[in-house]
Amino acid sequence: MNILVCVKRVPDTGAKLLLSEDERSVDTRRLGFTISPHEECAVEEAVQIIEREGGEGVVLTLGPSEAEEQLLDSLARGMDRAILLEIEGEEWDPQRTADAIVGSVRREADAGHAYDLIMFGNESADSGGFQIGVRVAHALGLPCVTGIKGIDISGGTLEAKREIAAGWEVYEVPLPAVVTTKEGLNLPRFPSLRGTMGAKKKPFDRSSPSHDEGGLRLQRLSQPPDQGKEVEILGEGPAAAPRIVELLEKLELLG
Amino acid sequence: MILGIIEHDRGVIEATSLQMLTLGRDLAEQTGTDLEAVLIGDDAASLEESIKPFGVATIHRVTHPQLDDYAPAAWAEAAVQLGRARGALAILAPGSDRGNEVLAHVAAKTGLAMAANCARVEPGEVYRVVRLRWGSSLLEEAELSGDIKLLSVAPHTVVAIESRRDDVTVEEFEPVLSDADLKVKVTRRDETASSGVTLKTARVVIGGGRGVGSAEGFAVLEALAESLGGIVGGSRVATNNGWRPHTNQVGLTGTRIAPQLYIACGISGAIQHLVGCKGAKRILVINTDRDAPFFSRADYGVVGDLHEVVPAVVAELKKRG
Repeated sequence: MNILVCVKRVPDTGAKLLLSEDERSVDTRRLGFTISPHEECAVEEAVQIIEREGGEGVVLTLGPSEAEEQLLDSLARGMDRAILLEIEGEEWDPQRTADAIVGSVRREADAGHAYDLIMFGNESADSGGFQIGVRVAHALGLPCVTGIKGIDISGGTLEAKREIAAGWEVYEVPLPAVVTTKEGLNLPRFPSLRGTMGAKKKPFDRSSPSHDEGGLRLQRLSQPPDQGKEVEILGEGPAAAPRIVELLEKLELLG
Repeated sequence: MILGIIEHDRGVIEATSLQMLTLGRDLAEQTGTDLEAVLIGDDAASLEESIKPFGVATIHRVTHPQLDDYAPAAWAEAAVQLGRARGALAILAPGSDRGNEVLAHVAAKTGLAMAANCARVEPGEVYRVVRLRWGSSLLEEAELSGDIKLLSVAPHTVVAIESRRDDVTVEEFEPVLSDADLKVKVTRRDETASSGVTLKTARVVIGGGRGVGSAEGFAVLEALAESLGGIVGGSRVATNNGWRPHTNQVGLTGTRIAPQLYIACGISGAIQHLVGCKGAKRILVINTDRDAPFFSRADYGVVGDLHEVVPAVVAELKKRG
């Protein structure tokens, strides 16, 4: 099984997102970076599948040079090889991003590295476009199941489970296929010291893609209104218990 | 015309579809056209009456021998064929899992741009949209171009308002579907028996985070939940440490809750979590750190250790009988 996992470098948010001066991006001067929880689960699942079935796990991102950090983290977690599609300036729109990923997948296939499974997070943590995985699947003529929280591979068939209000819905698709994952698929491991040491020795490919701009153009970011509230402090420590019970009574939440 | 894709599961409508229709009707009025709706699958026939009051001029009932259950690419193909045949200015879907998925297939099939989770839309040669980022923690103003504008409507940002037309017509449509369109389809369902109160439906949710400290530490929260007929949830810290299963997670990548009261214990209030409890009517935060950001988003606060405060509340409740 050769598996490609696509991830995105995003700020590791705290409690409030501050904006850059031009209001076109998040002020990241005091923030670390990470990938989305959905993508962490995709990486973990790929590593587990390859541990079982053999094969190669490739992690890819399209982003700035600094996104190397997120790729190295995935290598430390057990992926075998990394591809950085390096861009400068503002983030790319979904169409351009998907085109660039498709270009990379085709180049890899031409070089004899065809993927059996391509994985994405269900949506990116920051822009939340909900479309890259589906666009890539269509361009490559592959089936796509989104938002999955369970994978079972046997023979050339992938069974994917998606959570619904009443339980699970199950899809069966032939490989090769594209899936987009959700957190809950597994519980990702932390990188081991050995993994972290070994990550820098693994193959790392950089290239600069070029594609035309798509039809969704970010103009400006802003904070939604009414973020803050005036909190009423009921008390300190266990002495506040009677006040809490009074509150429950007032809200008609007792029996 | 503006075309709205109605999301449903085997004939049960997704409520955000009606919010989507309300925004769609507004868009139709602004562009001087009609709002039309797509209802896919035989089991959707019963939904005609549910959507008629929301200002649709035409309902397209899409049936096909192989559309017996949800199939995202096939749903999208039906919407593309209808949109093209009817000269749609825009195709809308609710910003739900399925809505966004179907619209992404429409985008991929047509090569058009798509804006997910829009809260406001201003039509024109290029549409100006306001869409939600970071699970609604930030607003993005963006321009959307293309022959047909594709946008999903962010859940609960538009209030569904009825505006009935007397001249609603219903038309049948059978799309031409390829094998590729039907490759991904629900093949089976594993339905778990409902256990009554769930995170989504509970009137009281007791949340625990880093401050709980361990899986065992949740026992005090369970005790409080039991005495209030509520349910326990956890922050991402709690589920990532394995203290609670992921299905208990309240947050951006877990469940969005909407209880009458959310009691958040030992949770600092990271964006990931705040997004998940935004729907709570009231929030009570119990935390040792008065500077925890959650206090500035709460209605009520208690500064103290949850391991002392929560058992005291349970004892107080017992005392009152």
